[in-house]
Amino acid sequence: MSVLHIINKSPYDRSSLDTCLRLAQPDSAILLIEDGIYAVQKNAAAAQKVEQALANHQIYALQPDLEARGINPDNMIDGIALVDYDGFVKLTTDYDKSQSWL
Amino acid sequence: MATKKFLYVNRTAPHGSIYAQESLEVVLIAAAFEQDVSLAFIDDGVYQLMQNQDTSGIGSKNFSPTYKALGDYDVSKIYVEQESLELRGLGKDDLMPLTYEDEDDDWAEKDSIHVVSSKELAEIIDQQDVILNF
Amino acid sequence: MNEGPYTHQASDSAYHFTAAALRAGHEIVRVFFYHDGVNNGTRLSVPPQDDRNVSERWSELANEHGVELILCVAAAQRRGLLDEDEAKRAGKDSNNMAPGFQISGLGQLIDAGIQADRLVVFGD
Repeated sequence: MSVLHIINKSPYDRSSLDTCLRLAQPDSAILLIEDGIYAVQKNAAAAQKVEQALANHQIYALQPDLEARGINPDNMIDGIALVDYDGFVKLTTDYDKSQSWL
Repeated sequence: MATKKFLYVNRTAPHGSIYAQESLEVVLIAAAFEQDVSLAFIDDGVYQLMQNQDTSGIGSKNFSPTYKALGDYDVSKIYVEQESLELRGLGKDDLMPLTYEDEDDDWAEKDSIHVVSSKELAEIIDQQDVILNF
Repeated sequence: MNEGPYTHQASDSAYHFTAAALRAGHEIVRVFFYHDGVNNGTRLSVPPQDDRNVSERWSELANEHGVELILCVAAAQRRGLLDEDEAKRAGKDSNNMAPGFQISGLGQLIDAGIQADRLVVFGD
């Protein structure tokens, strides 16, 4: 039973990402949407824990939310995959259930 | 109707916003559907279970005694994350005692609150069919 | 859907997700609006012309795809979202529900969780 964890909060504002990483099983995936997008940035304070998480989790980011926030995909941590809303829907079917860390 | 495993994840402190109160309303209604229900209290959600909440000074409804009725609604799997308690300098003694009567054990009164590690809670989350977040 | 329109992006995300799910041929069992999410169901919002109209957009999904849009009755009453019947019952002089939305109980959320293969929560 694998979980799609959805994070919509900036790692600099709330503990959602930390809590998710503490409670996510190794085979589960993480999707960053809305202000959760800010966790993708290279050379940022949260980058190290995101890079470590990539060892155990597929991490996805919602491209329209990335673009809305003016983040250059070139500045994204290597290994994070971009999806659009169609890809978001597909992820919710690829995994058994979703957990939104509101 | 098939029985599914429902987990209600509570990560918001009470009184500062309505999420805790309206989450509790969902859990009470859900009891009528006879699903396999668990509650998780994580992060600031653990503050929902604090003893001695008194809202008389802020004029809002004190819904905290309602948690004590959960046992009567057959909600007896209440998981509180140890790490969340520790981060906040809290222990189980700071929480309201919540109990249920075990029909499989001659209606013996038992503790509903299980303080669990992150690792244990991760497994519990993994076992669910439906997760609702508040 | 746990947040109202405009203040948080949650309602936009939920809308785009729902539209994408329909495009992919999935069935949407229900969109259940709870907490401030019930504010999505007002027909009295008048956003600027160059902005999206969140509640109208939901109404279109209901109209074009038959998506069931349910506002939780208890949450809606608290926040002043009333259909004709509820307004009459509460002795209020008007109602404000947008087309395609219906008021029902929290049981509809649990029922959706039982019926649907997947349940996704959007909120703040």
